[in-house]
Amino acid sequence: MTKKPWISLGGIGVFAVLLLAVAPLVLTDHWLNNLGKYCCWAIAAVGIGLAWGRGGMLVMGQGVFFALGAYSMAMHLTLETAGDRIPGFMVLYDPLAPLPVFWEPFRSAGFTLLAIVLLPVIVAGALGYALFKRRVKGAYFAILSQALAVALAVLISSTIRETGGDTGLSDFKYFFGFVLNDPANRQMVYLIAAGLLIVCLLAVWQFYRSRFGELLIATRDAEERVRFLGYDPANVKLVAFVVSALMASIGGALFVPIVGIITPAEIGAAASILMIAGVALGGRASLFGPALGAIAVGWGQSSLGSTWPDGWTYILGLLFIVVILFLPNGLSSLPARFTGRARRTPVEQPTPAIAAAELEEVRS
Amino acid sequence: MTGASLVVTDLRVEFSGFVAVGGVSFDAHPGEVRFLIGPNGAGKTTCIDAVTGLTKATGSARLGETELLGKQVHKIVRLGIGRTFQTASVFDELTVLQNLDIAAGLHRRSVSLLRARRGIDPSIERALEETGLTGELTTPAGVLSHGQKQWLEIAMLLVQDAKVLLLDEPVAGMSQDERTATGELLQRIAARRIVLVVEHDMDFMRRFATRVTVLHQGRVLSQGTVAEVQADPQVQEVYLGTADAITEG
Amino acid sequence: MDALIPQLLNGSAQGALLLLAALGLSLTFGQMGVINMAHGEFLMIGAFSAYLVQQVIVASDLSIPVALPVAFVVAGLFGLLLEVTIIRWMYRRPLDTLLVTVGVGLILQQAALQIFPSQGVPVEKPRWLDGQLTILGYDWPLRQLFTILLAAVCVAALSAWLKYTSFGRRIRATVHNRDLAETTGISTRTIDRLTFFVGSGLAGVAGVAASLIGGTNSQMGAQYIIPAFLVVAAGGIGQLKGTILAAWAVGVALAFFAYWTTGSLAQVLAFILVIVFLQLRPQGLFTVRTRSLA
Repeated sequence: MTKKPWISLGGIGVFAVLLLAVAPLVLTDHWLNNLGKYCCWAIAAVGIGLAWGRGGMLVMGQGVFFALGAYSMAMHLTLETAGDRIPGFMVLYDPLAPLPVFWEPFRSAGFTLLAIVLLPVIVAGALGYALFKRRVKGAYFAILSQALAVALAVLISSTIRETGGDTGLSDFKYFFGFVLNDPANRQMVYLIAAGLLIVCLLAVWQFYRSRFGELLIATRDAEERVRFLGYDPANVKLVAFVVSALMASIGGALFVPIVGIITPAEIGAAASILMIAGVALGGRASLFGPALGAIAVGWGQSSLGSTWPDGWTYILGLLFIVVILFLPNGLSSLPARFTGRARRTPVEQPTPAIAAAELEEVRS
Repeated sequence: MTGASLVVTDLRVEFSGFVAVGGVSFDAHPGEVRFLIGPNGAGKTTCIDAVTGLTKATGSARLGETELLGKQVHKIVRLGIGRTFQTASVFDELTVLQNLDIAAGLHRRSVSLLRARRGIDPSIERALEETGLTGELTTPAGVLSHGQKQWLEIAMLLVQDAKVLLLDEPVAGMSQDERTATGELLQRIAARRIVLVVEHDMDFMRRFATRVTVLHQGRVLSQGTVAEVQADPQVQEVYLGTADAITEG
Repeated sequence: MDALIPQLLNGSAQGALLLLAALGLSLTFGQMGVINMAHGEFLMIGAFSAYLVQQVIVASDLSIPVALPVAFVVAGLFGLLLEVTIIRWMYRRPLDTLLVTVGVGLILQQAALQIFPSQGVPVEKPRWLDGQLTILGYDWPLRQLFTILLAAVCVAALSAWLKYTSFGRRIRATVHNRDLAETTGISTRTIDRLTFFVGSGLAGVAGVAASLIGGTNSQMGAQYIIPAFLVVAAGGIGQLKGTILAAWAVGVALAFFAYWTTGSLAQVLAFILVIVFLQLRPQGLFTVRTRSLA
């Protein structure tokens, strides 16, 4: 889509310099850590931009995949901290009970890293395959995905002994052998998060300029037409959905060592919606919009959200209303609006020439 | 593969008890511009829907030796059956080139989709020339005129090298000049392909059809050349009001 | 098998509550093809309306019957306001409407949190709901029966209204074919507003019922919206019968799962059940045309 892909690439370069070189120099440890947290949300947001902005799938349950990465990482870090003993919180509930079976493999660093990558791919792959082949889309897809996030959060809340329940997992001392208390190590974790954000941006940059990116937009705007060109739209959507799930998982995995705690509140319905807020604000279909929007919303959440929680909720609510109503392409569409040179890009799904609903009716 | 004909036999489509198409048979061969006409509700579009897998149907629709009914939409397309829609449906946000490139990508390996496009496929250039859209290469499809969108859809099928082109009212809403250009285009591309046109426009049919099938209430009313069909009293009866339009100039 | 009757009865009551929450959603979704994520908050508004009515009419025997129509009107007016100010601009963007109403829901929740005590407010049950009905040796709380009766009345009233009044007929015409309805002189704008008023009002009634069973607080709406939507989806849009059956099935399933496992695990299982069901029978999803599917 982007007319001049190399300019975008330069933009990613500038962004990389700012995040990787400038930020560590000018920011205090505290704010660098916060920025690391925003980067984790931004990684998930980049994936949402791909699935929602370009693919038209409103993923309202990215918390599920965020959780897969986060809890994989948290289990490993918990076990690393506990050493040979049973994790402390488990002892509280039942001092004699053995480690739950599904915890065992997370002792291995390699397995953990593999799980962070493979779990979201498997889950999103199976889920997406089932839903997209059944042509579940639009609001149904959105609500079903959110229902899963709610279900997972409830499940984790209710299994205190196995997952730490509402209190979550925390008090990690080591990160793959590195002491997390050490500022130098914390900076390293930040750099990993920021670096992976850049990698994700590069990945979607390539997606957007590739033929697949064009096909994805085509599928978003006229799924049936794509089908009549001989493609199975389900596969196109599946790829975008799986990649976005993978990114959410990576964001979740890094969230754990940076923030030091993961709870169901970070992955449930509200958290999943918060992830979307940034994407909507920045511009769902743009390259930088989702990441920048997520960083902005993350900043609002951790500064305003703690000092003025009531006001922050109103702002968040208004953000949804105002941005979606008046600026569906987010802030990233503002410059073009002012210079007036860009043509209006319709985000409203143009009614396909053949009403899909009617097709389904015939098929069922 | 050239020479394979589209043969539809005893096609039936029912919508919860309502018989939309009740046993229609017709065939179409490469080299002819085949027309399917009939009043509203005759089942013309439904026939196309059935052949392309959009609508469940019984009976048979074969391209050469291959049975099409019962296959999935995108698999039927991969057999070389392309179609257009009453309302031109192109990807408005993408340029003409991108639209055509997606169509051309049908037979590419999926991995190659992850690369950006370098240069323009020769098949795309040919299709652009054929449809007169060469000048619009970088125009977003959404801003094309109505007629140009229809041509773009046809061009997309040409790029795919479709063996069968099923065109649903391709000249609806076109100016007289555009109709003529479209008709000539159809005659040109029909040389190597099967072209089947569903139309309301009798004048257009008269000028460009080689053979015509008239449908009425889901059944074949008459079949033959334009002259034969026009002479058929049954056809005249069905068209009552429009009968004049058929027989007159 | 002792558990059978209590779970069946409890489940039916839960299902009735779900049905009340889903009824309005099914109406607005079927009519406009947009999902109103603030529907849960309209339910909350209904519950708080019941509380406010009780501040004026202290006798709970009387206040609840009064609260029902009041909640209907108050929640309905909120819905009307939402339609007139926001939703009317977004009919062509159903997915975006979903997100906008998420924002509206957030604001309504926060407002409720600030206006009312954060731990929630008590809604007194009328004394005539205190008793129990003994069915096959099980003492069934009367308020559960009340929920079921209320749901039955609402369903009957809604279907009668849709069937016999001219407004109802026009709504059905619009749902069936909006363009045609417009050309036959039906003002679809008026119909949209009215539908939204009634749909939101039904959420208000559901809120009164919910306030008699669980807590009345700012979070209560959020827990209903997803189950209510799943019920609507499983039942098939615009299919009143389907919605009723789906709500009852989900309610009973919840009760049995909760009996066999725990309350929260039951929720998870019920969600998964609905999702699997939708896999097996997507007809529930696809039978009726809505613009949202396009």
